[in-house]
Amino acid sequence: MRSSVIKVENVSKLYRLGQVGTGTIQHDINRWWHRVRGKDDPYAKVGVSNDRTRKAGAADSTDYVWALKEVDFTVEQGEVLGLIGRNGAGKSTVLKLLSRVTAPTSGSIKVKGRIASLLEVGTGFHPELSGRENIYLNGAILGMRRQEITSKLDEIVDFSGCAAYLDTPVKRYSSGMYVRLAFAVAAYLEPEILIVDEVLAVGDAEFQKRCLSRMDKVSKLGKTVIFVSHNMSAMQSLCTSILRIADGRARVKSRNVEQEINSYLHDCRAAQPSFPVALEDGTRILGLELNPPILASGQSLSMIFDMEFSSETVVTDFAPIIYNQAGVRTGVMDGRGKLALPKTFSAGRHRLRFDIVTLPLMPGDYVAGLYLRTHSAWVNHECLGDIQVISDAGMEISSYPVEHLGILNVNFSAAKI
Amino acid sequence: MTSKDEKEWDLVIRPTSGWFQLHLRDLWHYRDLLRMFVWRDFVAVYKQTILGPIWFFIQPLLTTATFTIIFSGVAKISTDGLPPLLFYLAGTTPWNYFATCLTKTSTTFKDNASLFGKVYFPRLIMPLSVVISTLIQFVIQFATLGVALLWFLSKGIVLHPDVTGIIVGTPALILMLGGLGLGFGIIISSLTTKYRDLAFLVAFGVQLAMYATPVVYPLSSVPEKYRFWLSCNPMTGIIESFRAIYLGQGFFSWPLLVYSGCVTALALLLGVLVFNRVEKNFMDTV
Repeated sequence: MRSSVIKVENVSKLYRLGQVGTGTIQHDINRWWHRVRGKDDPYAKVGVSNDRTRKAGAADSTDYVWALKEVDFTVEQGEVLGLIGRNGAGKSTVLKLLSRVTAPTSGSIKVKGRIASLLEVGTGFHPELSGRENIYLNGAILGMRRQEITSKLDEIVDFSGCAAYLDTPVKRYSSGMYVRLAFAVAAYLEPEILIVDEVLAVGDAEFQKRCLSRMDKVSKLGKTVIFVSHNMSAMQSLCTSILRIADGRARVKSRNVEQEINSYLHDCRAAQPSFPVALEDGTRILGLELNPPILASGQSLSMIFDMEFSSETVVTDFAPIIYNQAGVRTGVMDGRGKLALPKTFSAGRHRLRFDIVTLPLMPGDYVAGLYLRTHSAWVNHECLGDIQVISDAGMEISSYPVEHLGILNVNFSAAKI
Repeated sequence: MTSKDEKEWDLVIRPTSGWFQLHLRDLWHYRDLLRMFVWRDFVAVYKQTILGPIWFFIQPLLTTATFTIIFSGVAKISTDGLPPLLFYLAGTTPWNYFATCLTKTSTTFKDNASLFGKVYFPRLIMPLSVVISTLIQFVIQFATLGVALLWFLSKGIVLHPDVTGIIVGTPALILMLGGLGLGFGIIISSLTTKYRDLAFLVAFGVQLAMYATPVVYPLSSVPEKYRFWLSCNPMTGIIESFRAIYLGQGFFSWPLLVYSGCVTALALLLGVLVFNRVEKNFMDTV
């Protein structure tokens, strides 16, 4: 049997909801008074499980919530563990605890070897510094020694494909270049345990492929990888085991990756999305209207998002995404560029409407999601609504095998020449 | 759980650690990061400016000029018989070093929340890097004092700089300035992660504190009955000593310096302990 490198034992994490203000100090004093007398935290007891459908102000509501409750699992050397679960289920909290960004409320985590996390690429990049300077800075933040970076500089630059821009400040980089450079640094970090969160959300297809092959290589070297992504096909091809987290509790870790992913996707589709979806900075997705929710291939589809911003908010990405049953991103609409999505939204409610002129998807069930990033928060929600594509009555075609994703509307003509 | 079991693991993450588990070995491992941060702060500040590092000199010179006009010219406050330019330069540069260290480190957690929220490294690296990069700035500015001093001496003005005092005293005094600023700064930053009230106090508190320190006036001009209270300020001994060794005119006293040293050590110790305690969970409240 291979040795375990991470042992998570009975870990719970309590978060306080609502705002910190004058009221909080009363709780703090009360808690301190209980501790002085050797009693348990009076508020930890009343914390409820992490169930997002619970309405604020409901009868059983308290100001505290268990983001994680009594989570146990072990990770073995060389394992590639995928964490899956809906938004807010507690995946990120697990990663935050593992990477020591915050401490658990109770329980313990034991680690063997150096852990490095790739929670969000580009962390600590300084916009004024050049690409080369940022490689050193970023490497140092991730715990690399200077000579370690120097010895790998060529490989890093090569992998990122940014050689020509190495002495340009990164603020002039495109977002794709930025991500490539950041991932390259982390990819050559070579820790014993690598934590990867949602890197594959950005970057072009070729780069994503390179990332995946790099991660594959890392795991073949006997390193351990913990991986969170919404890209289920990537999960399926990379992971050797899956841990599903629901409402702050971990299910049993499964080595049957395919079955676990399918059952998760099935449950995900069955569950109704719970609006509003709130981001950390107060931005809320109030609702999504799909018009019509059932349509034939090639017909038009409108996606209407109702948003609420608590203050003037910079929105850097607003990309509705359509997923197929396997969780593959079959279509993405990028609000930037030609669509000229406003960069800032004023406080209050806004309606954003995306009209897909012809939906080129094969008949089948699809899910509409949204990748939303503001200046200080982000969410990648993969099931906000269901779309059912039925075959066009006029089309006399038999159904295609699943690997065909799109059906393109074309004008056709034939003439003898 | 046996201690043998614990030894198998390189790292054990628990809800709270003891007060004295300071992870100093971690800090040493990340020394390259400290160097990168210092260098980043130094380089990045003046990027996209025409004058660049010259701004380091312009700031203290303008402050000194303002003080010379207002406190010496208009208010006619004594400068202990020293040329006003030298008097204010020797007071404001060390004071500014302390004040900058204090205000910059006092917002460590708040300013770096997004970075701290994503990746772990010993948090103490951040305030340490601030103190060191500010030190570089201070040394450059303090060189201005040296140049001004030589210029006044060459013009035949009688001054009595104490050369051995300068060589021995300068590093010790700088250490105290940085230590005081860092100590109080990280105490404040630790106390303001949850309740920001104290942060409001810092900005104008530092300004007020300058007037409770002999920066724009000499200690000798202070009435006898207030002198004791002024000496309770740990900065008093340091600033007066600076003037005493560089300009030969100032209140140099060993007991006062030892007192300043003790306060520095105490502030640093308390600061590191509180900071270490807070860093584990501050992300949940900041």
